[in-house]
Amino acid sequence: MQKSKFINLIISLVSGLLFGAGMIVSGMVDPNKVIGFLNVTGNWDPSLAFVMGGALAVFTPIYHLFIKQRQYAINGEELTLAAKTKVDSSLITGAAIFGAGWGLAGFCPGPAITSISAGSHITLAFVVCMIVGIMIANRYLAGRFALPFIGYNKT
Amino acid sequence: MENFTPWMSLAGGALLGLSAALLMLFNGKTAGISGVLAGLITPKKNEVSWRIVFLIGMVLSFLLVAPFAVSLPDISGENIFIISLAGLLVGFGTRISNGCTSGHGIIGMGRFSKRSIYATLTFMFVAMVTVFLRGLLGGL
Repeated sequence: MQKSKFINLIISLVSGLLFGAGMIVSGMVDPNKVIGFLNVTGNWDPSLAFVMGGALAVFTPIYHLFIKQRQYAINGEELTLAAKTKVDSSLITGAAIFGAGWGLAGFCPGPAITSISAGSHITLAFVVCMIVGIMIANRYLAGRFALPFIGYNKT
Repeated sequence: MENFTPWMSLAGGALLGLSAALLMLFNGKTAGISGVLAGLITPKKNEVSWRIVFLIGMVLSFLLVAPFAVSLPDISGENIFIISLAGLLVGFGTRISNGCTSGHGIIGMGRFSKRSIYATLTFMFVAMVTVFLRGLLGGL
């Protein structure tokens, strides 16, 4: 393995470790806490607003000061950023479907992956179903079936 | 408000932001978890190993926080059918909208992306409505 590739993988590993640690420390891995945050009309626990606040407080300045003007990352590879800029119906529909699932379980992808190490069958069921959901979505994106309201994927 | 943990949540959030900045600045990649996972299901050349290593880091992160007496909660009491349905919705929805709480909520919002701001407002709102409706139905 080339040295540069090895360093890339170390950066990925460290990022993954920090990300998972952030998920655990912040309380995002606790579905009850997530539901407590989403339950704005009940016994509301605003803690998780601080997660997004803390994340944005660190990421936003680093992005705008050090990353935005770069075309290439420090390892010499091109920055792969989401290219789409248009707000379309599949963005909103997808986000709404995701929101329904997040509200039902109190689990989103990051905390679910982080929790795998606890070995619960609940986490495994969620992750397996999430992967199946991604596969079904890939078939929708390939134009194989229609969704309510927005129909077939045209792009 | 007895479970209010603003400092831990702020510190955890800062770690998420640091992780996303590190991965983007050094490797040029986006630390959006649904995207990292989806990229393994439809693998492309040179886009596999970093994703696997990143996910392994996430799974092993409990070792990093264990010395601080922070651990994963016990969730074995959750209803597996509801969790499975939720998993399907989360996988499908994040793939269609191209991001989740991390990709849209942190990285996209941090980049002031209009798409991510709309997506984040949408999934936050729908999730709150879902919790509200479930409360009305007596926690079904």
